[in-house]
Amino acid sequence: MKKDRSLLRVAKDRILLFVVAVVVIVYGVIYPNLSVISASLQRSGSWTFANYREVLTQGVVIEAIVSSLSLSIATVALCALVGVPLAFLFERFTFPGRRLFAAIAALPLVLPPLVGTVAFIFLAGETGILAHAIQNLFHLEQPPWRLTGWPALLLFHTYTMYPFFYVLTGAGLRRIDASLAEAARSLGGSRVFVFARVLAPQLTPSLIAAALLTFMTSMASFSAPLLFGGNVRVLTLEIFTARQRGDLTLANTETVVLAVISLAALIVFQRYEGTRKFAAATMKGAPRRRVTIASGKARVLAACAAIVFAIILVLPVATLFLVSFAREGSWTTQTLPAAYTLANYQRLFSDPGAAEVFFNSFSMAAIAAVAALLWSFCVVTLLVKRERSQPAFLGRGGRRLLSLLILIPWALPGTVVAVSVAEAYGQPSLLLGSFVLVGTFWILPVVYFLRFMPLVVRALQASTEQVDPSLAEAAGSLGARAWQRFLRVTLPLVWPGAVAGTLLAFVIALGEYVASVLVFVPANRPISIAIASELRDFNLGAAAAYGVVLIVIISVSMVAAGKLERMR
Amino acid sequence: MSLLSLQNISRNFGATRAVNDVSLDVAQGEFFGLLGPSGCGKTTTLRMIAGLETPDSGSIRFQDQDITNLPPERRGFGMVFQNYALFPHLNVFENVAFGLRARHAAKADMNDRVRSALELVQLPGYEKRAIDELSGGQQQRVAIARAIAIEPVLLLFDEPLSNLDVSLREETRGELRELVTRLGLTAVYVTHDQEEAFALCDRISVMVGGKLMQTGKPRELYEEPADITVARFLGRNNLIRAVRLSSSNTSDGEFKTLEGGHTLHVAVSRDELAPLNKPVMLAIRPEHVQLSVNHDGAENSVHGTIREIVFAGATSTVRVDANGLLLEALVVQADGLQVNQETTLILRGDKLRLLKEG
Repeated sequence: MKKDRSLLRVAKDRILLFVVAVVVIVYGVIYPNLSVISASLQRSGSWTFANYREVLTQGVVIEAIVSSLSLSIATVALCALVGVPLAFLFERFTFPGRRLFAAIAALPLVLPPLVGTVAFIFLAGETGILAHAIQNLFHLEQPPWRLTGWPALLLFHTYTMYPFFYVLTGAGLRRIDASLAEAARSLGGSRVFVFARVLAPQLTPSLIAAALLTFMTSMASFSAPLLFGGNVRVLTLEIFTARQRGDLTLANTETVVLAVISLAALIVFQRYEGTRKFAAATMKGAPRRRVTIASGKARVLAACAAIVFAIILVLPVATLFLVSFAREGSWTTQTLPAAYTLANYQRLFSDPGAAEVFFNSFSMAAIAAVAALLWSFCVVTLLVKRERSQPAFLGRGGRRLLSLLILIPWALPGTVVAVSVAEAYGQPSLLLGSFVLVGTFWILPVVYFLRFMPLVVRALQASTEQVDPSLAEAAGSLGARAWQRFLRVTLPLVWPGAVAGTLLAFVIALGEYVASVLVFVPANRPISIAIASELRDFNLGAAAAYGVVLIVIISVSMVAAGKLERMR
Repeated sequence: MSLLSLQNISRNFGATRAVNDVSLDVAQGEFFGLLGPSGCGKTTTLRMIAGLETPDSGSIRFQDQDITNLPPERRGFGMVFQNYALFPHLNVFENVAFGLRARHAAKADMNDRVRSALELVQLPGYEKRAIDELSGGQQQRVAIARAIAIEPVLLLFDEPLSNLDVSLREETRGELRELVTRLGLTAVYVTHDQEEAFALCDRISVMVGGKLMQTGKPRELYEEPADITVARFLGRNNLIRAVRLSSSNTSDGEFKTLEGGHTLHVAVSRDELAPLNKPVMLAIRPEHVQLSVNHDGAENSVHGTIREIVFAGATSTVRVDANGLLLEALVVQADGLQVNQETTLILRGDKLRLLKEG
């Protein structure tokens, strides 16, 4: 009897949260995705595979699929080639300059893709600093190269995505108990043998995770193919141009194709990862000390590598910074802009148009981030058992399904999320009645929320799972009620992680471009759209100034988030 | 003739001197212990023997070969790690076979040796098990099987039992000693647990603060600690501050205790005699302090009051305040004793030791 009553009480607490979760998932994830799928399967009101038959026989579409896949596979290979050796160098050895590089190694990860692309054009484009420098040095008629097509895309992708491999390989190396390698060597294994039989298998999960992230990010890449892809047609770009032309059927069908490829990659990678065990020894192991590179030549070489890589990392951002002070029209054939001014920034802070753009991005990112934070508390309560004695509201299967549904908008390219929401709520719909979301201010906050809430959920879930359940139990034994246990024990322990996740979602939303460009309206024109249009009008200084302001905001937020993370 | 010989080994980590000028010899077939508090440098010493650390100075010789800079994989020593360091991605068989694969052993030979190693640690039939399916005690046995499967010329143990619970630890301890003796192996065993070292080892070196304080058989260390540091670390000693009396010039020293002012006679050789009027430390084990009611006036007897009686099963510890000098006596029969009772303690002169400054 007693047990029944406690179950009922728990159910009453949770039933509201459960209803909220179901509503958000149905409106935000299930219905939009089904809308796109059903639209792609219909032609003039009847069900048919004709769209697919047509799309998949078109040369351009096949080419786009092949291009997207080959670009992503090549990106994964190149990023691994750069990131893994760097991780070994900087994680295993110590030498002058190591900290310098390690401190900024992940810099490209926090650059909004559009800002990174713009910076790259200023640095390495055919009218950029490097090209001008070489042209002026050797008195060439033509710029020495054009930043376009495959080499340009691969270069940019390697620059922006190598940190996945660098960061995850480094974390993997740190996690491996040093005594494992020592045990292997004491058993007679040579260095090569120990690497192949102990280190590599232990590192595999990290490498798979890095490959997955790189592959998915590359599949979703849009800004770089748009601005310097040349004749490389990737799927995201095809979807965008199809919608621009008004060919919604083609756009929807291609969106489903892109979504299927992304989700398939996720499933394949996770399958493989599931078969690998990487239980780290939890007991006291020998801590691994970094080996000091003592030999003179190797030390100089390593220090040079650290400095060169650090400069390469910083150069695009430094370029952006420099160009943001360039007087408009002062930078034509010179290596560096000839005249400098604060005018670009003055315009940013005095022009009502610019102020509106900042206000739009800020408010929309804030709405999305705060909504994501509230939503996370709701979902994590359903996903994580905070107290051992508490019966779980959802069964194991239910929790897994909910996690999966939450993860879908994160796994899907931004293009797919935007197209599916636009398709679902672009006309009077089953769920919203006569209200049409597309065309209003609210379309972008909704899209931002859907895309970035998985980040906040994961952050909150991780910090909640770290809280020892016996703490809440102890509070209970001291007489605290459920809400007191939450407010006074759980919340103070989890909020730094939650706020850090929220800040991350906020800054990513602030510079969002891929989805915004598909569904923005004059009423909610965000920063990224302003940057793109300044670039189109050749107002390079203004575009750069927008980018610099974004980078400053992001840096401050990331430092704050890092501080919060350490408070956990 | 020693199998392993450490000569003036030192190792620094930054500014800290982890191992300071350590020399020791281990004989063939010996079970040798390195005993000391945590952070005393015993594990670093073991790791230098294994080749996992290189000494900053000094040399290591094995079978009269200098192995100071030989990489660990070419030494052929088996090592059992404190956290076992079992490979989580390999099953029991592959863990035990690891060293044999590194040596390119033939398949049939490898299977035989893995099987017999697992039989020796009483885990036959566990070949296919995953490491995380095993209990702590079983993981421990796999770690030992892995180390002995390579038929090591020397076995190194780094606190291998410290992650086991008490009863399992004592059981495994007995089996470990039996196994090492049966296989005729030589072992170096690092521990901070005095009882464990005494039970297992033929000889023990006590290390404190990176230095080797004393090396000897367990009984020697227990009864004749060389200096104050060892006496303190080995514990359960009555430490008595005293000065030698100027009147004594016989072979047995006559001392006056600083607390209580009692006169004690200690059997010391002439060259050990302490300088006059300089405080020294005397030590005596509680079991060598006898309680008596009618021996007033006997040699080395001090009068005092019982302050506390702690019952510990077979024995009881009696704490006595002898005019400011606090002494512990270990007695088998404490039935007649009461707190605040007057009593006489007799400190056996042949068991009182004069300690060197440590």
